[in-house]
Amino acid sequence: MSSREKILAAVKANQPDSTALPDLSVFETTAQGSLEKFAEVLTFIGGKIAYVTGYDDIARMIGEQHGNDAKIVTPLRELSKLRTASLDDLSSIHDLHDVDVAILKAHFAVAENGAVWITEHEMVHRVLPFVTQHLAIVIHETDIVPKMHQAYDKIGTMSDYGFGAFIAGPSKTADIEQSLVIGAHGPRSMTVFVISANPDFPK
Amino acid sequence: MEHSTKDHAELAEEFNRDEDRVDWHDETLWFIRSKRDKAAHSIPEWETLRETASQIKNNVLSNLHTYLQQFEQNAIANGVEVHWAADAAEHNQIVHRLINEANVVRMVKSKSMLTEECGLNEYLAKNGIEVIDSDLGERIVQLAEEPPSHIVLPCIHKKKEEIGEIFHQHLGIEAGISDPQFLTETARQHLREVFLTRKVALTGVNFAIAETGEFVVCTNEGNADMGAHLSEVHIASMGIEKLLPQKKHLGVFLRLLTRSATGQPITTYSSHFKKPREGQKMHIIIVDNGRTVQLGRKDFRNSLKCIRCAACMNTCPVYRRSGGHSYHTAVAGPIGSILAPNLDMEKYADLPFASTLCGSCSNVCPVKIDIHDQLYKWRQVLVQAGYTPTAKKLAMKAMATTLASPALYHIAGKAGRFTIKYAPFAVNNKLNPWYKQRDMPAAPEQSFGEWYKQNGKKK
Repeated sequence: MSSREKILAAVKANQPDSTALPDLSVFETTAQGSLEKFAEVLTFIGGKIAYVTGYDDIARMIGEQHGNDAKIVTPLRELSKLRTASLDDLSSIHDLHDVDVAILKAHFAVAENGAVWITEHEMVHRVLPFVTQHLAIVIHETDIVPKMHQAYDKIGTMSDYGFGAFIAGPSKTADIEQSLVIGAHGPRSMTVFVISANPDFPK
Repeated sequence: MEHSTKDHAELAEEFNRDEDRVDWHDETLWFIRSKRDKAAHSIPEWETLRETASQIKNNVLSNLHTYLQQFEQNAIANGVEVHWAADAAEHNQIVHRLINEANVVRMVKSKSMLTEECGLNEYLAKNGIEVIDSDLGERIVQLAEEPPSHIVLPCIHKKKEEIGEIFHQHLGIEAGISDPQFLTETARQHLREVFLTRKVALTGVNFAIAETGEFVVCTNEGNADMGAHLSEVHIASMGIEKLLPQKKHLGVFLRLLTRSATGQPITTYSSHFKKPREGQKMHIIIVDNGRTVQLGRKDFRNSLKCIRCAACMNTCPVYRRSGGHSYHTAVAGPIGSILAPNLDMEKYADLPFASTLCGSCSNVCPVKIDIHDQLYKWRQVLVQAGYTPTAKKLAMKAMATTLASPALYHIAGKAGRFTIKYAPFAVNNKLNPWYKQRDMPAAPEQSFGEWYKQNGKKK
């Protein structure tokens, strides 16, 4: 008997009588995700938030922040003038090892934990949001869900992915005496640019 | 990293020699427990979440046969190769074979307590394979040639000065540096080079979804992703109990996991691996290693609901004051003490006794495992099976006789009070295990029985 058969037979013999799955409808809500809450949590976990009216603002702010020498990559057409390196035709994904800034679009953000959901399609290369020194994410003001239950509801309606991730803030560690250090292996900063046409938007 | 042959009490005694360090360890873990409380109390539906998670895991354990096959089928359809390992040895052999097939002798690994349980690093080292652990805490203990002392915070027992010294010896920094920022940056540079040059990466699995065949890996550092996405071969090792029925159930578990572990609202990265990257090979190894036996033990099967958040360790008064290494097993603390005897009753017979049965572990457990009840039940199983030391058995017998007889009880009480009052040296010495690292309390003048005789009838 193979290990597979052995394990499955042992599981079948030893598992208890079936119990039902609980009802998840108690976590349902029709409320919109709060931008204010998202910004508060994102800042708390070490991320930054920037309110902008469009891509021109993003281009200006990233230009000011990172200067002309930075290796900046983005698949976003609207930000093509910021690009200093291409994401296409890499000889190897290892070419991305010296990226300074990656600007990527996320599907939506989660208010309760400051995370954004992004899949392989928007990353172009899976390693990009992790290997870059600084990560910039673009979302629209309306794309915020309140909690993780609504996040998975939304993911369920979207197209399939080979890889997807919730990313909440910069890479960090507290392994040395519980001292928080930002920039463990991945990005040293994460900025979420929230685009809104709303004139009452916080600045 | 050989496991010690000493028992919990002996190892705890070593840890307890440095009183300042014990206090520091205790306070550090209590600080994490406090952050957990703050995070939990900020969610009004916290108890509903715990109950829901518990019920989902009950459903998983009771339908595991179906979910395992469903998961396998979907993972294969996603282009992932699925392997089954009956025990630790088979798991290690599979990993070794996959490394050989990739024609390399080096591998990078992110945190996986399962590989600690299986002794993978030692096995591969014996076979000429170099493994580098990429989680900062794990890398530190690996360089120090120690096992992790905590499943979430592997080097929580180490002071920054000691870590500076380890980095001085192994990573070539100047002596005397202890700034966490500098030390982390040193590890970042060192491990970047590792990530960029290793063709095989192994990760653990936090959750595996039967419905879709995908698996989720949670880290704050991003080390699992750096390793996996830069590799040509990604191996993911998981115990059979890691399954969840559907993707939507992740909504419940990702809300609970990190809030229970460190008080964070979520880990920085919750990565959903479904299909291999183009040109990459992805393998999943599904491991039993005693889990099906535990599944058959009615009183203990609930321990398989564990999601490895470590809340039970952070809150445990014994763990906080005895340190993770005193448990001499991959998973320390209260949960480790109910998991380990399942693997080897003789070797781990001491662990269910390393508890005050205060119940704090059960109260913070996000999936409502009855940890302290199981600790108590293991004690009974172990005593009946004859795995307890003779001294403890005799003492328990003497206590049972004394408690069963009112006359003996009164005499014993009087003798005890007399001794502490007039001959404290008789108990405040090395022969009394209760005196170790403690002073004996002052004895009351009279027993409750005596007090009641004098005062009970006064109104």
